[in-house]
Amino acid sequence: MSFNNLDTLYRQVIMDHYKNPRNRGSLEDESVTIDMNNPTCGDRIELHLQIKDGIVEDAKFEGEGCSISMSSASMMTQAIKGQQVDDAMNMSSIFSKMMLGEDVEDIDLDLGDIEALQGVSKFPARIKCATLAWKAMEKAVANEEQQ
Amino acid sequence: MDIQAIREQFPILNQDVNGHPLVYLDSAATSQKPVSVIKSLEEYYRQNNSNVHRGVHTLGTRATDQYEGARDKVKNFIGASSTEEVIFTRGTTTALNMVAYGYARHFLKEGDEIAVTPMEHHSNIIPWQQAAKYTGAKLKYIPLEDDGSITLESVRSTISDKTKIVAVTHVSNVLGTINPIKEISQIAHEHDAITVVDGAQSTPHMKVDVTDLDCDFFAFSGHKMCAPTGVGVLYGKKALLEKMEPVEFGGEMIDFVGLYESTWKDLPWKFEGGTPIIAGAIGLSAAIDFLEEVGLEQIEEHEKRVVQYAQEKLSEVDGLTIYGPKQRGGLVTFNIEGVHPHDSATVLDAEGIAVRAGHHCAQPLMKWLDVTATARASFYLYNDENDVDRLVEGIQRAKEYFGDVF
Repeated sequence: MSFNNLDTLYRQVIMDHYKNPRNRGSLEDESVTIDMNNPTCGDRIELHLQIKDGIVEDAKFEGEGCSISMSSASMMTQAIKGQQVDDAMNMSSIFSKMMLGEDVEDIDLDLGDIEALQGVSKFPARIKCATLAWKAMEKAVANEEQQ
Repeated sequence: MDIQAIREQFPILNQDVNGHPLVYLDSAATSQKPVSVIKSLEEYYRQNNSNVHRGVHTLGTRATDQYEGARDKVKNFIGASSTEEVIFTRGTTTALNMVAYGYARHFLKEGDEIAVTPMEHHSNIIPWQQAAKYTGAKLKYIPLEDDGSITLESVRSTISDKTKIVAVTHVSNVLGTINPIKEISQIAHEHDAITVVDGAQSTPHMKVDVTDLDCDFFAFSGHKMCAPTGVGVLYGKKALLEKMEPVEFGGEMIDFVGLYESTWKDLPWKFEGGTPIIAGAIGLSAAIDFLEEVGLEQIEEHEKRVVQYAQEKLSEVDGLTIYGPKQRGGLVTFNIEGVHPHDSATVLDAEGIAVRAGHHCAQPLMKWLDVTATARASFYLYNDENDVDRLVEGIQRAKEYFGDVF
């Protein structure tokens, strides 16, 4: 593997999200908070969501981890903010497919920066880093719905 | 030591990974296996495979002889007094849990104390946490010095007459700290406490003599010392093992079985319920032959040289933090400033260099170091200075790469 291959993993936009994370912090009026970690490597995310009338009104995260997990959290919060909860869940399943290396073109949802993470699928050891934030989101929605 | 000749015994090392010759620096996680060990498994399965201790047929006798022969080899390898003191387990974790279940849970009570260190692997913390919860005993930590070592003064001030068990690692899997087991055992014994030693990171790399260390229990894994996965050893002093309760009940470990009561076999078999790890023990026996042929003292000296070279070379790299004391076992744990260890490990992997990144099953120690994760390069008898040079080059490239993208 050359550095060119590495470039498929560490795209510029990923590094930008890592260095300048969007939506980092906590929410004052959050409706649900989820703490999730990746026990095999120590990455940790605390996700705060403000869900009202089936819409994700706000999303913020805190935590520590590698460039992939933190940039993925940044992109995820950016992508789901303002979305219907159903659409956010759809994005999550699209993201899972993306991590399995499946083609995710021809979909109605605007994935924005998330597509930059497509290269992670070629690095099996790093897929869990990328999916951590999405797993936290899914769990947060499930918890919210139970309430 | 002829490293080239040794490397030839490990066919796995002779391959390219991601377009570069493999540099395997993750032996603290698991070691590679020499041809002789691989062959011992093949020979066992091709010629001698049978269950042990029961069949009157010839293959059964051969398998039993090989299995019990392995026990005898382990006994000599670690300096135990008799084969009754050598119990085959699945690995270090199982061995430590056996003591926590079969000994601690039966003999500890409220008010008793268990002493451990913050540098322990999770497998030498959680069984004691659980035993403490179950018995009402209290878990106490022997504090670390700034460099990640412990002093005998700290051991003395932590251990009291309330202490019943002192559970400590021989060599830290993160810091490389080599703990003074013999002295710790002596202090523990002054208070009638017993010592339980995690030998997973020491046994593969140095001459271990449990009689000289005077520890009461000693656990290690085969797979970190050139043997297959799935086999390990619990050594225990005979008097303690006799007191200790079995953890698994069933076939192999019984003497007489009635409808409501049963009795156990003698040591060591009362702890080996079910069909034992026959092939694993035979592989471990072949691994011991291999290591003894090279010489444990020679391996220790060689690794000392390599790790010292690594410490020198890595300390010349700007923005690199090395964790742990100067005097250490054959591993170096580090972080590159501004680069998460997962990211550095991925860049190193792209260069064909295998290192471990994460919390190394030592979350309390990560907290103590005030980091979430680290990268670790660990050495074994087949590594040399060239591997260190490749590592240093790889680290430079990781720095360049992440310097560029930022």
